[in-house]
Amino acid sequence: MIFKKKSVQDNSLTVSGENAIANKEVEGLSQGQIVRRRFFRHRAAVFSLCVIFFITFFVFTALDFRLFGIWRMHGWWKWTVEDIPELRYGDCPNDTVGCPTISLLPKLLGGNGIGFGEHPFGQDDIGRDFFALVMKGTQRSLSVMIVIGIIGASIGTVIGAISGFYRGKIDAVLMRFTDFIITIPAIIIGSVVGYHFGNLGAIFLAFYLGLFAWTGLSRLVRGEFLTLREREFVDAARVAGASNRRIIFKHILPNAVGVIIVSVTLLMSGAILLETALSYIGFGVVEPDVSLGLLINKYQDAFTTRPWLFWYPGLFIISIALSINFIGDGLRDAFDPRQRRRISKKERQESATARKLAQAND
Amino acid sequence: MAAFILRRLGVLGVILFGSSFILYNLAAISGDPLESLKLSSEPNRDFLIASLTRELQLDVPPPARYFLWIKGVLGLFIGNPDFGKGRDGALVSHSLALAIPVTIRLVLAATIFAIVLGISIGVITALRQYSRFDYSMTFVSFLMFSLPVFWVAVLLKAYLAISFNNFLRDPHVPFGWIVFLGLFGAIFWASIIGGTRRTFWTVFGTAFLIISTLVTIFSLTGWFLNPGLGPIVVLAMSIGIAFGVTQISVGLGNKAALKSSLTMAGMSVIAYYPANWVFDNHPGSLQVFLMASLAITAAVFVGMSFSKIDRGPIIRTTIITAVLSGGLIIVDKFMQTWKPYMETDAINYRPVPTVGQRSDLLGSDDWWLSNLDILTHLVLPTLALTLISFAGYVRFSRGTLLDVLNQDYIRTARAKGLTERTVIMRHAFRNTMIPLTTIMVVDFAGVIGGALITESVFGWSGMGTLFRNGLLGYDLNLLMGVFFVTASLSVVANLVADLLYSALDPRIRVGSGA
Repeated sequence: MIFKKKSVQDNSLTVSGENAIANKEVEGLSQGQIVRRRFFRHRAAVFSLCVIFFITFFVFTALDFRLFGIWRMHGWWKWTVEDIPELRYGDCPNDTVGCPTISLLPKLLGGNGIGFGEHPFGQDDIGRDFFALVMKGTQRSLSVMIVIGIIGASIGTVIGAISGFYRGKIDAVLMRFTDFIITIPAIIIGSVVGYHFGNLGAIFLAFYLGLFAWTGLSRLVRGEFLTLREREFVDAARVAGASNRRIIFKHILPNAVGVIIVSVTLLMSGAILLETALSYIGFGVVEPDVSLGLLINKYQDAFTTRPWLFWYPGLFIISIALSINFIGDGLRDAFDPRQRRRISKKERQESATARKLAQAND
Repeated sequence: MAAFILRRLGVLGVILFGSSFILYNLAAISGDPLESLKLSSEPNRDFLIASLTRELQLDVPPPARYFLWIKGVLGLFIGNPDFGKGRDGALVSHSLALAIPVTIRLVLAATIFAIVLGISIGVITALRQYSRFDYSMTFVSFLMFSLPVFWVAVLLKAYLAISFNNFLRDPHVPFGWIVFLGLFGAIFWASIIGGTRRTFWTVFGTAFLIISTLVTIFSLTGWFLNPGLGPIVVLAMSIGIAFGVTQISVGLGNKAALKSSLTMAGMSVIAYYPANWVFDNHPGSLQVFLMASLAITAAVFVGMSFSKIDRGPIIRTTIITAVLSGGLIIVDKFMQTWKPYMETDAINYRPVPTVGQRSDLLGSDDWWLSNLDILTHLVLPTLALTLISFAGYVRFSRGTLLDVLNQDYIRTARAKGLTERTVIMRHAFRNTMIPLTTIMVVDFAGVIGGALITESVFGWSGMGTLFRNGLLGYDLNLLMGVFFVTASLSVVANLVADLLYSALDPRIRVGSGA
């Protein structure tokens, strides 16, 4: 049944045994090392981290990359968003045009061998290479995510830190200001901002969205500061003559960094969904710029005939958001001091034998 | 307490005032509502411009015009609110009155499903921490968390709705699908119930047999075209419900509660034919409501007559049983309506629609038919919204329950020798619900504000559509009307959440803070 019977005595014994194993594990390690160890033990999170790095590298090197219009790097992909190659006729199923040439089935199993082909993700209505479009859209979405993350994290941390540290009137004013921003649902602010500033480009859109994305974070940071400022090490620093600024940045902030990092990852995964959703309803990134949400919106009607125009942008959105969520989960586990690693049966047995041996020796 | 609420309301009023002022001006500087008119070549262009300017008071600069608008809105306190007129001359309050019920209908069912499903799965994953079920549910909830709603919606339309409609042309489930459904259900139930390897395989086998047999029977008898439960199945399911509800709420050891629930289940089956007579001859919401109240009253009496001590929990259990088994009768009635519904010209055997909020061509005044129509239109949006929002509840309830299970009072409860059921349901689950309640309230307000995308994907015309029209047409009054509703809702929801929190958790005192 769902309610498993547990004997109390057995439970408390295991807890102390687990504690012993867990404590032994972190002996003589710095906080950073403990966190890093715990994070790298979270297999899904590590895998997601690799996926994110891979996607970022893959996507940003695929197309020509211009920095301030001066420095230019050639991408490894043959087409760009501007190129309009000829539409592929003939060899597509069901008389469609511009079907994808990507093939993942090796020749041994009767496929065409692993390879990209001419247009791996197919072509759009006028023949533009869809792979290039998706790469461009993913670049946009990733940059939007990072910009929103950075701006949201900085504003949220500063406001939360100040109101949690100084309390009193400053706190009341800043928290009412936060409430004030919270009042406006994110999607509504997003569409007003996107509608007015979307044509300035994705980065400006991200900048303005970031200005409204910090509210949840600032509340968390405030809560963290409210508890941390009462701790002994803060008193010690104050007695030693440290300034408020020094206490905030050198003593409290490093202790609150776990909460901040975790909630910034969640903020970022929310940001990528917000951006694509806004672009989808037409209030975000607008043409001629490319965004994943925009691509989905444009080709959702083509789903029954040319589903690839719909699948690939969606797959990129999901893999990015999913990876970020898993990284956030791994970080939360890593930073949470109450988190106990799952103790395997083998370790439990070993510790039990060790305890018995110790008792026997006594 | 009253002073606290008043003070909070005052602060909230100021906040609403400020944010609406900013939004008003932001929207006003964004574009000129006359732009399209100025570019047009109609002969009466100047007259149109002049009349729209007069109508929307465009000659007043936006910051001042805001005060004209807020003056109208403040009429709310004297019972005479004036949200102004939209561009098309319709009263904004009128458009809002039409749109609000649509949006609520869209999100209400999805929110309830998401809460019930999310919390149950969250609780089970917490109790089965680090099991295979826990890991797979973690993965599924993260996946749902990362899905864009518009993407899911298109997939649901293409695969679920259209394939199901195609399936109904020839409703025979192929053998492969029977096996797949059986295996899927078997794995699901076996991992939820868990236990030793032997129980796992027993549950697996039983679930597989039951599910695949059921699907085969459904397929062979053409149940999908002409579904229904009938009194015998209703009786069997009600007895099952009585046992299940009693086990979860007070435990099967409580004989009085079990007897009282079983009596209630029996009574609901006796009520089957009279209820169907009422449904057929006097259909309507009022009648359904009256019968529901009758069932609850009966449940209270049954519960009271069976209980000697511990009245509250027994009556509660009986009421839950009564509501659930009464719901079965209503579900049965809807199932009976399914066949006539499919035979209407507007539906023509393709019952799951992909867009819209009702079929305008249905042309039937029958209460059950038109409500079934509304329900079928709700299927896809509800599914999409549920899939996406249930993930949050799974994660949150799992985390909270794990936190609670580590508390000292849980250890105390176990040490007192309480059964595991009492420890989980009475001590742990109730405390888990405290933070969850506040989340739910705030979340519901947020979902209403965020219905914009869902509405646009499924072609509903609710508040999201109004907002979109307001934004695209630079229609300030319309835009601000929608904003006023969503923002006040979110503000009130936050206040309610705070009050609820302090009401549920005596450790938190209202009014100590800001």
